Amino acid sequence: MINRLVIRNLFHRPVRTGLTILAVALEVMMILMMVGVSEGLLRESQRRTRGVGADILIRPQISGATITSADISEKLPEVLMQRFPEISFAMGSTVFTPGDLQTITGIDWPELERMSGGIVVFEGRPYAADYECVIDEVYAQQKQLGVGGKTVLMNHEFEVSGIIETGKMSRIFIPLETMRELQGWQGKFSQIYVKLEDSEQARGVIDRLKALLPNLSVISVEDFLALAATNIRQMSDQFVNVIISLALVIGFIVVLLAMYTAILERTREIGILKALGASKTYIVGVVMRETVVICLFGILLGYGLSFLGRAAVAARFPLVPVILLPEWMVWAALLAVVGSVIGALYPAWKAAEADPIEALAYE
Amino acid sequence: MADRPLIAVEDLKKVYRMGGVDVPALRGITMSVESGEFLAVLGPSGSGKSTLFHIIGGLTPPTSGKVVIDGRNLGLLSDSERTELRKTMVGFVFQKFNLLPTLSASENIEIARHIAGNTAGNDESLKDALDILGVAHRLNHKPYALSGGEQQRVAIARAIVNKPRILLADEPTGNLDSQNSAAVLDTLKKLNRSLGQTVLMITHNAEAAEYCTDRILRMKDGRIA
Repeated sequence: MINRLVIRNLFHRPVRTGLTILAVALEVMMILMMVGVSEGLLRESQRRTRGVGADILIRPQISGATITSADISEKLPEVLMQRFPEISFAMGSTVFTPGDLQTITGIDWPELERMSGGIVVFEGRPYAADYECVIDEVYAQQKQLGVGGKTVLMNHEFEVSGIIETGKMSRIFIPLETMRELQGWQGKFSQIYVKLEDSEQARGVIDRLKALLPNLSVISVEDFLALAATNIRQMSDQFVNVIISLALVIGFIVVLLAMYTAILERTREIGILKALGASKTYIVGVVMRETVVICLFGILLGYGLSFLGRAAVAARFPLVPVILLPEWMVWAALLAVVGSVIGALYPAWKAAEADPIEALAYE
Repeated sequence: MADRPLIAVEDLKKVYRMGGVDVPALRGITMSVESGEFLAVLGPSGSGKSTLFHIIGGLTPPTSGKVVIDGRNLGLLSDSERTELRKTMVGFVFQKFNLLPTLSASENIEIARHIAGNTAGNDESLKDALDILGVAHRLNHKPYALSGGEQQRVAIARAIVNKPRILLADEPTGNLDSQNSAAVLDTLKKLNRSLGQTVLMITHNAEAAEYCTDRILRMKDGRIA
């Protein structure tokens, strides 16, 4: 019976109920999308690094994952291959990160193909001239670029010579020497990729490389990915936490206002229930059930909006992958319920404490 | 046990504090109501009859004096015990019907049963009462689709569904035309005569009081006149 009362009450003011459900849905969606974008970017970055096919990375000793210089001698890969029989191949790249977070990589194309075991070119060919570039399919889609298209990189116009599969090191490649010339990095690499004959030998080789190169950071690709993930998570978690807090506060305020208005509007009905012998617990139960029903519909709608949002982002911004994590779908639901229940506490308490005589006299 | 009145009120006083001023609503009421009796409390507005109704119904505690219902002193009851009393001992009928607008007539009756923890199926006495009340065919309608007389008879059904010892009716015909007033008074009379329901009716209408009650108690300025 109490459930019927709850449902009838909710349908009595469909617009208010609908708006409250929408607010909870947006709260859930905000949480899922923020976490989804953060996780999506991280995994995509990991996929591209793994896609290179290297076992060990040699980088400058910097705290973050992003390199903005080239200080390693171009002789190093050759020296390493001569001195370490375990190394099957080593190559270097130069890396430039403009403001839009998309890394531009300067690399010798045949070396990259050798390191990664081949790269699928969907359209066109690898670059053959200084101011040609190769981009991956996602970047091409996002920027609506085709083979022969022009794009400005590092303040210079490049022509797209080829479009490749995604997941290989970077989204934008230019010739190694072009980047060196543009940046004044002649004879230098930003980082070195090392491929071993046998990946199992990585620990021993890393120890010896560390002894040989005390001023550089030598790290296995898997450790680098874990470290980068931690760094990225530390940065993104703060942002995600702010968004989650904001979403919670919005949900809390909307539910509080909606339930408070509902309680005020139903003052007389609360008086009737009290006259019939309804206890404070019963009254609180009615308010809380209404809140939970609103919340459940809000969560379901929030899931739906999140899937729609993911599809919309994928269509409009292919460079921004969104991963809707199942565990965060549970967390978002729990957070929405907790925020809403806390929001409903005051209205519920006010209803439970209402004086029945005053409530019955309410017009 | 048998010779004890169902309601015993002794020197009952109630003072409301309004804006720092004490306003006495009841100035020492002593009265009793026997089980199965139909008593009318008659008086003009401001005579304190509604306050008496609220105290006997456990909606508000007295300031001093004693109200004993079926052996229980209301002055000694906590808020939750008074809630329990409303659930089990008293049924209310109000001037403005006070049906829950979002529920149908039958659901309005059902929720009273639910609150009282009476979740069993329809019992025979309820069916009898609904027959007496003459609203059995209107139970699926929402209050707005019922006439005032029908709404009040649904409210009476709701008040008696848990078989309370006392039915408290506060100006039950106050919002009704003469035809519907007569129907509601007839209903209360039938419940009293046929089912032995104790009824305490508050009214300012002497004609209504004389029409159906066993005894009339007149109130004026917070006292029995």
